Amino acid sequence: MSASTVWILIACTSLGTFCLRFSFLGLVGRRELPGWVLRMLRYTPVAVIPGLMAPQIFLPSTTATIPEAAKIIAVIVTLAIGVWMKNTVAAMAAGIGVLSVLAAILP
Amino acid sequence: MSNDALTPKQAFWHGFRDASPFLLIVAPFGLVFGVVAAEAGFSLTQTMVFTIGTYAGAAQLAAIQLLSENAPLVIVILTALAVNARMAMYSASLAPHLGKAPLWHRACIGYFMVDQTYALSALIYEQRPTLSLPAKTAYYFGVAFFIWPIWVSATIIGAVVGNLIPDWVPLDFAVPIAFMAMVGPMLRTPAHVIAAIVSIVGALALGSLPYSLGLLIAAITAMIAGALVETWTIRRRGGS
Repeated sequence: MSASTVWILIACTSLGTFCLRFSFLGLVGRRELPGWVLRMLRYTPVAVIPGLMAPQIFLPSTTATIPEAAKIIAVIVTLAIGVWMKNTVAAMAAGIGVLSVLAAILP
Repeated sequence: MSNDALTPKQAFWHGFRDASPFLLIVAPFGLVFGVVAAEAGFSLTQTMVFTIGTYAGAAQLAAIQLLSENAPLVIVILTALAVNARMAMYSASLAPHLGKAPLWHRACIGYFMVDQTYALSALIYEQRPTLSLPAKTAYYFGVAFFIWPIWVSATIIGAVVGNLIPDWVPLDFAVPIAFMAMVGPMLRTPAHVIAAIVSIVGALALGSLPYSLGLLIAAITAMIAGALVETWTIRRRGGS
């Protein structure tokens, strides 16, 4: 990846994100979003992030340094703690902890 | 004015204080992003311009992830913006409260918009509808001025000390863990769970499509699925 690729990425993502944030504050009062659009926007994080991570979690990697079983167990623990405690940091700490231990003891 | 009239100064510090527990969420994410960006080969300057310019952790992590998988640049940008599409919803939701502020205030409000500024402000605007516009704006900036410095300094620390992390810490799997830790608390309703499942199944099934298009198609399908399940849930509840 070249330096120009990185700079184009940074410029476009920064500008685009600002436009999303400013959108309705900027055009205030002119237009309301239709209900179905708002309803779909509500699901964007949960629709993008799991799919983004799925290949890394479920497909065997060629350069794996961590056993497949350790990854799956760590992800399940992370999700379970996150759902149960509603706490991102607790979930992250539990996931990394379980992963470190399993990576050390599993073959 | 009612007896609820906070001065802008009081409102600012109120927001600043309300934001303080988020230290525990924002700082670790900044650290993770700094470490991951350095590992992916970003220079310190690139990492910091990215983190200050975009100021959206999940989108930044997603972009670096796809970039290191050699996805085409357009797909990387589109995916990062898709992660941030919820900001348009926040913007729409804040507009009735802050829409009359001067343009440059609204531009700053836009820049500082993250999950925490939105969630705290939307909550207090609802609880205290008699707040004046300057007090509402000041509260928002109180939250923002707590969150932003923490995010930026945590990123610097992560980017600089990332190399010092011992090899036995399984860093290459830290990103999936960080993202899954974000997803867990989001699974509040059956609609969110269905959207997440559709996203995973779709991304795996369409993984062979060129240009990482499978992920975008899976994400759009998952959003539609979530919205449909929500509509059905409301209808069923309304009918009973």
